[in-house]
Amino acid sequence: MATEILMPALSPTMEEGTLAKWLVKEGDTVNSGDVMAEIETDKATMEFEAVDEGVVGAILIAEGSEGVKVNTPIAVLVEEGETYDASVVSAPAASVEAPVAEAPTAPAAPVAAAAAPVAVVELTPDYPEGTEMVSTTVREALRDAMAEEMRGNEDVFLMGEEVAEYQGAYKISQGMLDEFGPKRVIDTPITEHGFAGIATGAAFGGLRPIVEFMTFNFAMQAIDHLINSAAKTLYMSGGQMGAPMVFRGPNGAAARVAAQHSQDYAAWYMQIPGLKVVMPYSAADAKGLMKTAIRDNNPVIFLENEILYGKSFDVPKLDDFTIPFGKARIWREGTDVTIVSFGIGMTYALEAADKLAEDGISAEVIDLRTLRPMDLPTVIQSVKKTNRLVTVEEGWPQGSVGSYIASEVMQQAFDYLDAPVVTCTGKDVPMPYAANLEKHALITTDEVVAAVKQVTYR
Amino acid sequence: MAARKSTAKSNVSADELKTYYREMLLIRRFEEKAGQLYGMGLIGGFCHLYIGQEAVVVGLEAAAEEGDKRITSYRDHGHMLACGMEPGGVMAELTGREGGLSKGKGGSMHMFSKEKHFYGGHGIVGAQVPLGAGLAFADKYKGNGRVTFTYFGDGAANQGQVYETYNMAQLWELPVVFVIENNQYAMGTSVQRSTKSPSLWERGAAYGIAGEEVDGMNVLTVKEAGERAVAHCRAGKGPYILEVNTYRYRGHSMSDPAKYRTREEVQKMRSERDPIEQVRDMLLTGKHASEDDLKAIDKEIKDIVNQAADFSKESPEPALEELWTDIYA
Repeated sequence: MATEILMPALSPTMEEGTLAKWLVKEGDTVNSGDVMAEIETDKATMEFEAVDEGVVGAILIAEGSEGVKVNTPIAVLVEEGETYDASVVSAPAASVEAPVAEAPTAPAAPVAAAAAPVAVVELTPDYPEGTEMVSTTVREALRDAMAEEMRGNEDVFLMGEEVAEYQGAYKISQGMLDEFGPKRVIDTPITEHGFAGIATGAAFGGLRPIVEFMTFNFAMQAIDHLINSAAKTLYMSGGQMGAPMVFRGPNGAAARVAAQHSQDYAAWYMQIPGLKVVMPYSAADAKGLMKTAIRDNNPVIFLENEILYGKSFDVPKLDDFTIPFGKARIWREGTDVTIVSFGIGMTYALEAADKLAEDGISAEVIDLRTLRPMDLPTVIQSVKKTNRLVTVEEGWPQGSVGSYIASEVMQQAFDYLDAPVVTCTGKDVPMPYAANLEKHALITTDEVVAAVKQVTYR
Repeated sequence: MAARKSTAKSNVSADELKTYYREMLLIRRFEEKAGQLYGMGLIGGFCHLYIGQEAVVVGLEAAAEEGDKRITSYRDHGHMLACGMEPGGVMAELTGREGGLSKGKGGSMHMFSKEKHFYGGHGIVGAQVPLGAGLAFADKYKGNGRVTFTYFGDGAANQGQVYETYNMAQLWELPVVFVIENNQYAMGTSVQRSTKSPSLWERGAAYGIAGEEVDGMNVLTVKEAGERAVAHCRAGKGPYILEVNTYRYRGHSMSDPAKYRTREEVQKMRSERDPIEQVRDMLLTGKHASEDDLKAIDKEIKDIVNQAADFSKESPEPALEELWTDIYA
């Protein structure tokens, strides 16, 4: 039976090529693997091999033909003793339109296809009114959350540099080795790329790892596994397997550690579908969100802050206190301006709100708490009331969290805005070491106050 | 440190030999068909064929037990077929259809099967190495006696994360077999042009990891080496490295003209060391099978591959709603 040999596509983008040279002639016997022709694409000249064996019954496209479309029949292979009957094969000619074959056309980009689901506003309190509160540091709250979850689920373990015998570089895991033993609280060598990959593999294998990065600056060594391995596998596997795990550690500027150890990654990770991104401010949020993160079936980036570790907050005394993702907290209600922040940015936002109150400006302060999913409805609802918005973060200005919020607010609540949104960010410089320069490189409370005065035309 | 150069022994039954022949032939015919479908524009993007390397996965799968895991790079079609994943599902993923193993969302380089303990299909060179050690970490944590085969190429063998992983795998005695599929070329760069190391497996010695070099064109040699490696892991002795010397007949991917080696080199390997021909000869000269028996197997494989190809063409493209599913669990 005659077999048509079609012009092959030799690269992902090839649509046509030049049939540079035939290395076989009609009547030749070819075996699988024999080079039949040389084909030029825009990138290279490639040898084209026979896949089947047989006799070249006819060459349909002469060598030197340019612009031969992919899938055009270029030759016919017949079996030994068989002759080629032109009538059974489609007409040969260099100009022949490539048969559309069953080749599917690429689906038109996004179209008005199904829109991404949108969260809804839900402002139920995190815990019942009248719950007893205990003053707790963020450090203790994080440890308590991990320990509680590890008590409840054997598959949860903590891995990272100095988490076990040293009791944690920042003492977050203090006491955990004693309680859970070296099987579940594991010191790693200083090899972020390797242990982030091992933890991700362990998550594929059914465990629920918590990976501590001594700081998120070092996670840049491992970021391929956070994004390519952990975040994308569920999608790439059609939902068969994913990475239920937490990557946590201090993020952002600490104090006087200069450029390589002072960077806020909120905007980086917030961009990645497949990741959830948490950046708590208070101890109660740190605890409730960490417990939720450990139970979540997706990879969670949990961005802590070294300066906040020692800060005390009231934490509800409950057996099992969790906070759902995607639910902002309104720290302070106000009427004149909305200040949106998260993580350590909240210290500037709240301080600024106090100062503004002295000047008779009522600021509503919203803590996003989770950046992905992000509770935009709460922000929009507030802006519809105050008509003014200032965002506050320590990260860099270009592609900041604030610039995303500003664009969403512009698209969803343009008519409610009485002033352009101002995004307060860190300065667009690597972090300097000198104390005075460092202070200036970060966002300051005064800058937030000034931004609010700008949008309120005071 | 075990450093053995092994030779194939004939303590294998005719039925086993026929099974290996059949499985290797399935991979080869499947890959040839994939190459054809790529040429027809039915498969897009990158497509890395396994032709020439069939004895590696078939030999090692013969050494594996139910429940053992495997993970590999983007040259993954052979691994999937060898561990029993449906040819139609694999081919339909190559064509990006609803019936593909990842519903058309993964493609050639990203396929998975929880059922067959196949953990991908990873597109970033070397990334599967710590991931594979992590699977072994999970098994050791659970104490279930399972072993993970972690495949990577001679190119990936120069990645830093491989050595970070060696260090931790030996430190924690993880039950992982590191399989270096040395097909001699990392895309267009030969091993000799990328390292001065005389061998790749011996690098494990720096971490105290046992290993050996294996003739990867002989399925029986591979199987025996695999059995040694698995026994080492199951005995709780930690990881084991197999550097399996093999050869890829085709280019790195479909768009690679393979100008970095001579046609004679490829033809010599094909005509003298072909893994399928070797088993075919064993079957015929040992009178374990007749020409007719083998023809029947050839026909059976051809039918399976044709059915897979038909399925991959008939299965519809994924529904547009699929764009938004499987992002979060």
